[in-house]
Amino acid sequence: MTTTLPPFQDLLDRHGEDVWRSLRAMVGVQAAEDCFQETFLAALRAYPRLRADSSPRAWLLTIAHNKAIDHLRASKRERVQEIEAAAEDPSTPDDAVWGAVAALAPRQRAAVALRYIGDLSHREIAAAIGCSEEASRRSLHDGLQTLRSQL
Amino acid sequence: MNDPLSRALRAPAPQARAAARRFADRAAAEHEADFAYTTFSSPLGELLLVASRRGLAQMHYLDDPLEQALETLARKRSPRIVESAGALDRWRRELDEYFSGVRHRFEAQLDWEALTSFQRAVLRATVAIPYGATSTYTGVATAAGNPRAQRAAGNALGANPLAIVIPCHRVLRSGGAFGGYTGGLHRKHYLLELEELNRP
Repeated sequence: MTTTLPPFQDLLDRHGEDVWRSLRAMVGVQAAEDCFQETFLAALRAYPRLRADSSPRAWLLTIAHNKAIDHLRASKRERVQEIEAAAEDPSTPDDAVWGAVAALAPRQRAAVALRYIGDLSHREIAAAIGCSEEASRRSLHDGLQTLRSQL
Repeated sequence: MNDPLSRALRAPAPQARAAARRFADRAAAEHEADFAYTTFSSPLGELLLVASRRGLAQMHYLDDPLEQALETLARKRSPRIVESAGALDRWRRELDEYFSGVRHRFEAQLDWEALTSFQRAVLRATVAIPYGATSTYTGVATAAGNPRAQRAAGNALGANPLAIVIPCHRVLRSGGAFGGYTGGLHRKHYLLELEELNRP
């Protein structure tokens, strides 16, 4: 009978790194910190209402995805410059990957991040992005194909 | 698609740990979290310290695993719990001073919220026992307003959520017998001796 929520610190310890990574993929390393703080603050405030039998991981990554989208909407222009800078100057192989990921359309980027960092199922990814499962599969597929052609 | 992509996306992100710590400290300082906790290494072993916005809410000897204590707190009070040493700085300082014999009373705020009014009365009577002195279960029950409730007083002391700070170690059985102690009698001994040695 595990019907009670674990201490919130557990969520930070267990999922903090993946939330950070998926934010990095979505908004870049500069903005990841602010989005991380906003994600966990929103999660902490809503936490008592989370159903104890739901997946806190998918829940956190969904909140992180929403914060990332908010951030991208609010700072469209800077974002483009940052992507160009990352794509032009890949000083390590990892940087090349990040640059290529950053250049994807947001929905493809989200699908790749939620799949490869979040390890979420297609259903969870669709729920996080707010689209059909079919559409999220397609985004993931298209995103991977673009990455493959570039790396 | 395994290699470069997965490797890069899943590379260790040490920044995440620092970001998580910053989050927890801020959530504690701004009282977004209901409880902040930290552990403290004392001469009597690890202690768990838990603070709410009102003050210190719990202090236990950590004989059981930390997870167990935190799960109980989450179930009984609130799951909005974060780890923050900073939130308990003042208490850790007072404890250091207490264990080195220079502090004879604790000053930082306590959170009495979770206690019944009788428990509160018993524990307040216990706080009033001076450093280096002792009382009895009857004495504490009397001070709490009910001389016949010594057994209930004993139970309230046994369930003391604030070991050391509420000095239930200063309560002995009438006639001088040692009585019990939730943390174990060797600890009761140690604390009484510490206070005996440093009595003003």
